[in-house]
Amino acid sequence: MNPWAEQIAAAARTIGRAVQLMEVCGTHTVTAFRSGLRQLLPANVKLISGPGCPVCVTDTNFIDAAIELCRRPDVTVTTFGDLVRVPGSESSLERERAAGAQARVVYSPTDALALARQNPQRQVVFLGVGFETTAPAVAWTIQEADRSGVTNFSVLTAHKTMPHAMEALLKDQQVKIDGFICPGHVSVITGAQMYRFITERYRIPCVIAGFEPGDMLKGIAMLLEQLATGRADVEVEYTRSVNETGNVAAQRLLAEVFEEADASWRGLGVIPRSGLAIRKRYAAFDAARKFSIQFRQAKPHPGCRCGDVLRAVITPPECKLFGTACTPANPLGPCMVSSEGTCAAYFKYAKQEAG
Amino acid sequence: MCLAVPAKIVELRGETATISVDGALREVNVSLVDDPQLGDYVLVHAGFAIQKWEQAEYDEWRAIQEAAAGT
Repeated sequence: MNPWAEQIAAAARTIGRAVQLMEVCGTHTVTAFRSGLRQLLPANVKLISGPGCPVCVTDTNFIDAAIELCRRPDVTVTTFGDLVRVPGSESSLERERAAGAQARVVYSPTDALALARQNPQRQVVFLGVGFETTAPAVAWTIQEADRSGVTNFSVLTAHKTMPHAMEALLKDQQVKIDGFICPGHVSVITGAQMYRFITERYRIPCVIAGFEPGDMLKGIAMLLEQLATGRADVEVEYTRSVNETGNVAAQRLLAEVFEEADASWRGLGVIPRSGLAIRKRYAAFDAARKFSIQFRQAKPHPGCRCGDVLRAVITPPECKLFGTACTPANPLGPCMVSSEGTCAAYFKYAKQEAG
Repeated sequence: MCLAVPAKIVELRGETATISVDGALREVNVSLVDDPQLGDYVLVHAGFAIQKWEQAEYDEWRAIQEAAAGT
C-alpha cells in the first residue's frame, strides 16, 4: 500500500468522524478524478470541489459583454480556450464565431498583444479571466502595450482572487469544510502567507499541494494529520514551487496595474474585494471603459445548478440537467464546459458515482 | 486553468526565453523570475515563467511521476 494512503487511513481512524476536504482548484479536481485517488480515501474522508475553475465562476453577464464586443465589426475578441463554449444568456462566443465574428483562442495574453500589433486596423480585446496565477501575465501585457504605444489592445477583466472567496465559503452555513487543499499555482504568486487568516481566524487547516497524484495524497495525509492532532496550520506540500512570500515581482506588477474591487462570482454572488479592476492609470487598456460596456442582468439556463456545484452544496449528479440535457458535447452551464469543471470531471471519470 | 508546466530554458534573449518541455519549444517571458539562466528549470503559465526550480526540485518531480507510473 502507498505510504501516504496508509497514513491517511490511520489518521482517518483517529479522527473518527466524517470530514470534508475542499480542493479549491479545478486542476486538483481533475487530478483527483483521473488518478483514482478518490477511491483510495477512507469512507469518512470526502473530497469536495471548490470554486477554483476560473471559467466556471465567470458570471453570465461577462460572457454577454464579451459577445456584445465580438459583434462589433472592428473588434477581435481573444480568450483562453474554454471560455468560447460557455453559454451566455442567448449565445456563446463559439456560436458568434460560426456566424462570422472574430473570436480567437490564444495561449497567452502576449499572443493577443502580438495580434493587435499585426492588425492595427482592428481593436483586439483580451478576456482577462483567471486568478492570481494568471493576472500577472495580463498585467505585464497591459504595461507592455502602454510602453510600446499600442492603442488597439485592451482587456475586459473578470480576474478574481482566492482569499475572500474561500472566506465566503467558510461563512456559508450550507457547506461544512474541515480543511482546504489550497491552490498550488495561485500560491506560487501569493505565497503561503495568504492563507494564514484562515487558520488563525477560522481554525481550518490549510495545505498547499502540488498537482501530481502523489502530491495530492501527501497533502491529504498532512491535512488529516492536522485534524487528528487538533492543529490548524498553513503547511506546504508543494515545496518545489511555493514559499512563504510568493513571487514578489508578480505581486508588484499586480499592484501597479490592478486594484481590489468587488467581483460577481457565479454561484457565490458578489464578494467584496475579490476581484481585480484595471487602475485609472491604465484606463486606455480597460475594454469596459473603452467600449462603454454595461454589465446587464443575465439569464443563465433556468435549470442550471452550477452555482450550487461551485459552492459544493450539491454534487453534479444531483442536478436534473446533468448527463441528460447538459453534457460536454452540449453544455448548458460552465461547470460542464471547462475541462476543469466539476460537472465535466464527474461526467468523464465518475459516471458510476452518478448512477 | 492554473495549469503550469516545468520547462528548461534552452535559449535566452533579455526578457524572452526559449523553453523546452520534453523537446517541444516555445518562447516565454522570464521577467517575473529572478536572474534566469540558460539551463534553469522554470514553471511556465500562460506564456510566463512564474517560478524557478532547482535541479533537485526538478528531480523530485520526475521521481514523483515515475513512482506514480510504477504503482
